[in-house]
Amino acid sequence: MVADGVEDEEKWLSAGMAGLQQNAFYMHRALDSNNLKDALKYSTQMLSELRTSKLSPHKYYVLYMKAFDELRKLEIFFKDTISLGFSIVELYELVQHAGNILPRLYLLCTVGSVYVKTKEAPAKDILKDLVEMCRGIQHPLRGLFLRSYLSQVSRDKLPDIGSEYEGDADTVMDAVEFVLQNFTEMNKLWVRMQHQGPVNEKGKREKERNELRDLIGKNLHVLSQIEGVDLDMYKEVVLPRVLEQVVNCKDDLAQYYLMDCIIQVFPDEYHLQSLETLLSVCPQLQPSVDVKTVLSRLMDRLSSYAASGVEVLPEFFQVEAFMKLNNAIHKVIEAQADMPMVGVITLYASLLTFCLQVHPDRLDYVDQILGSCVKELSGREGLDDSKAARQIIALLSAPLEKYKDIDTALKLSNYRCIMEYLNDSMRKEMANIIIQNIMNNKKTISTADKVDGLFELIKGLIKDSDVETPDELEDEFKEEQNSVARLIQMLHSDNHEEMLNIINTVRNHVLMGGAKRLPYTIPPLIFSSLKLARRLEGHDQSVTGEDVSVTPKKIFQIVTQTIDALASIPVPGLALGLYLQCAEAADDCDLEPVAYEFFTQAYILYEEEITDSRAQVTSIHLIIGTLQRMHAFGVENRDALTHKATGYSAKLLKKPDQCRAVYACSHLFWIDDHDNVRDGERVLFCLKRALRIANSVQQMANATRGSSGTASVVLFVEILNKYIYFYEKGVPQITVESIQDLIELIRNELRGDNAKSDAVTDAFFSGTLRYIQFQKDKGGAISDKYKLIAL
Amino acid sequence: MNYIIGAFKPACHVTVTFSDEKSRKKVALKKEDGQTVMVPLFRSLETISGRVSVEPVLGKKVEHNGIKMELLGQIEMYLDRGNFYDFTSLVRELDIAGEIYERKTFPFEFSNVEMPYETYNGLNVRLRYVLKVTINRGYGGSVVQYQDFVVHNYTPTPTINSSIKMEVGIEDCLHIEFEYNKSKYHLKDIILGKIYFLLVRIKIKNMDLEIRRRESTGSGSSTHVETETLAKFELMDGTPVRGESIPIRLFLSPYELTPTYQNINNKFSVKYFLNLVLVDEEDRRYFKQQEITLYRLADSARQGETL
Repeated sequence: MVADGVEDEEKWLSAGMAGLQQNAFYMHRALDSNNLKDALKYSTQMLSELRTSKLSPHKYYVLYMKAFDELRKLEIFFKDTISLGFSIVELYELVQHAGNILPRLYLLCTVGSVYVKTKEAPAKDILKDLVEMCRGIQHPLRGLFLRSYLSQVSRDKLPDIGSEYEGDADTVMDAVEFVLQNFTEMNKLWVRMQHQGPVNEKGKREKERNELRDLIGKNLHVLSQIEGVDLDMYKEVVLPRVLEQVVNCKDDLAQYYLMDCIIQVFPDEYHLQSLETLLSVCPQLQPSVDVKTVLSRLMDRLSSYAASGVEVLPEFFQVEAFMKLNNAIHKVIEAQADMPMVGVITLYASLLTFCLQVHPDRLDYVDQILGSCVKELSGREGLDDSKAARQIIALLSAPLEKYKDIDTALKLSNYRCIMEYLNDSMRKEMANIIIQNIMNNKKTISTADKVDGLFELIKGLIKDSDVETPDELEDEFKEEQNSVARLIQMLHSDNHEEMLNIINTVRNHVLMGGAKRLPYTIPPLIFSSLKLARRLEGHDQSVTGEDVSVTPKKIFQIVTQTIDALASIPVPGLALGLYLQCAEAADDCDLEPVAYEFFTQAYILYEEEITDSRAQVTSIHLIIGTLQRMHAFGVENRDALTHKATGYSAKLLKKPDQCRAVYACSHLFWIDDHDNVRDGERVLFCLKRALRIANSVQQMANATRGSSGTASVVLFVEILNKYIYFYEKGVPQITVESIQDLIELIRNELRGDNAKSDAVTDAFFSGTLRYIQFQKDKGGAISDKYKLIAL
Repeated sequence: MNYIIGAFKPACHVTVTFSDEKSRKKVALKKEDGQTVMVPLFRSLETISGRVSVEPVLGKKVEHNGIKMELLGQIEMYLDRGNFYDFTSLVRELDIAGEIYERKTFPFEFSNVEMPYETYNGLNVRLRYVLKVTINRGYGGSVVQYQDFVVHNYTPTPTINSSIKMEVGIEDCLHIEFEYNKSKYHLKDIILGKIYFLLVRIKIKNMDLEIRRRESTGSGSSTHVETETLAKFELMDGTPVRGESIPIRLFLSPYELTPTYQNINNKFSVKYFLNLVLVDEEDRRYFKQQEITLYRLADSARQGETL
């Protein structure tokens, strides 16, 4: 049935085209032979093809366009005829003799357009006559196309200001009147289309009407192009008349399209100055009209207008644009009770954008908008609509983007309330946006209150929600937590007390995060605290008596408690690292007992928790490294700790690890800038012990594999490097002979029959030798020392 | 053979020429045989003058018992077996009995002839004016020659000419109000008006304005009425809704109209009507007919009128 319809339509179209072309052919002949009578006859017949009722708008348009082209030729012919002396008045009458109205009116419009050009009668009179006569076509489709033709041929002939067709006085008014009338009539026809024909084809008709809408909209475009339509005329005449038609037509499709059209077509400042009129219409539109999009578009336009330059802003203030828009939105929402949530939010989001653009200084407005949103949200049941949630995110992001400062958002009391209405994933997303914003703007947050507020906002990331989402993506989670960690770095106050408060606040929030989050969030917090502790240390001397409440000790207490929290989750490696960091910070603050305590904690962890041998290796090196840098320790404490450390080193599982840890320990006994730590004996002892271990590694290798691997040779070379280091530092116990023995040993090993050559080891060794040679050649005291080593 | 044919040919050529033949306006006239000829146009009380030339066929003489010319005004009723009624008959003797050997012309003149009726060619009746030249011959039969001419009489612009306004309708179905700007139109006039749709419950497809001519012939019980539609002019295409108003602008000049004739010589009348016809989608017709008076206005009186 439908397919048949389409096929039939094709047939009708091609029949119409054929008829049209045939008559056009005869018309051309008449034109060529200058035969006016025949020209009129055949053009009338040609235009009769447009009388068909069988075509859809789409197909009818094809036919119309063809006729349109032909009429252009006819128009030229008319012009020629007139220039040869034929009376235009007579011609104007002549075409009206046609019995059929549609061809008659097409011809009349064509001649009318020539008539205006001759200026034998005022343009306004002719145009008025034409638009009046067109009433004869009451068939929507045919009427629309006829009037569109009229509009087309009259566009450049309106008696506009500055136009050559301008009359004596007030003719702009006539031009406007003409276009308005044509517009009104076209719109009526367009609307009527909806109500004609069978009910079951309503959807199809709607689609067809949509295809035609630009014909109507074009009139508004023409209006906007009329030079003489200034602001006053727009306000007094054009807009009220257009809106009257919009409201009265009571058709949702038309209302939506035309409102949109008005907004897009006329200049921004006109909208601004006539805002009240335009807005007052919105609540009067049909309930099914998508007012929110209309209003959003309007606000978007005004926003970008406001953004175009500061010089336009006074206009906005003058007309109190914000209040008007705000009121309009309230009214619309009231009037359209069943507007979906997404619509409401979109409206507010647009208003917010507008407000930010026009009144960047009025935070109260922003808060007011958010407040209205909260009110709307609270009135409705759960926010399941993901689109609405998206809009909320857009709404919340807008102030951030504008102010580039989270402070502002924190000042908005309703900001947080809105976030309450988001679901978990959305809340997380929003939190991410907030953090991103802070990171991008590189602004530190400097008071505990703000930090508290901020963490309230981003609590989606800080805390687990009540309903656990089991299959959370690991990567995503990591990414989120990393951004929280980065955020913590951004919290900073120059005031120590405040900084401490900030740390406490963060701590309170962070500690609620649960086992999964703590490994990400605690380290930055600790580092932040240690930074404060160090700052206090530098500060204390100058300002004594003040800041009594904030002391490094106090901070270290907090820090300890914080790290303790990690104990509940088995991440001993991390905790150990943090303890060592703390110890170093305490050392910087000259708090020996504290530092010692931290080391103790670290050792306990090492002994009790770190069982994995690889983790042990890493940890032991960390311990050695940290311990080496300690200054605050007295001999006793230091001995205790170094002793323990050497002990741990010697107890590592794998021999090479043992060896390396042991020779690393040697550094604990000789520290250049530490006069108390100059124990050459112990250094030598460590190195010798390392050599012994390396020997045994070699023997074991020989025993198990029958050949000495190069693994032990590397160890020898490494130990040689240590020897050279300490030799250079002037440790008396390191003798030239011992170095030379070691070099000899390594050479033998490398030359050994069963030793496979290993490029890395070879390079390492020859590099070491080159170093010695280099030092020899350099000259000076060091060089003299090296010269003793014979290679 | 030629000789025999020649015997049946008229013995002479008779031509009538009017004295102001060249300057006088001519109008088209449809003859009985369907041919259209251009003939001079006269008004009542004009003097009709000219000359008749009689030219014998070469080498022959025309013997006659006198030549006369008649001016006849005739009404011909087709339904009355083609009978003529002469309402005007004037005679001029042009020549006494004698012989004509060569071309001879005779002047004639009818001064200030009263011709109250206009030439008319209707469906059932014809009114014509003719000049009839008769060359009386005893035996060979008389030679008769006709020369038609047309009479138009102008009417001054009527002093009272009110518009026609009317509200008509079918209850709860269709209610319209229409208005024609005048009730009396001259033949080159323009009918202007408007139709207001006050109530539309039927699906109207289109609306036409027709000009209808009602010609009634005879009188009393034998009156015969014939109506023909002379113009069909589409006013509206499509279905209007309540509140629409549709303009009317109909130029009368393209149509072959005559003035309204009221009881011409007790033989016939011609009346004109405007018929407003609405057609609905089921092709039902709704119409309202209004009489208008047509009159002939002198061309000079129409000067300065436009649109």
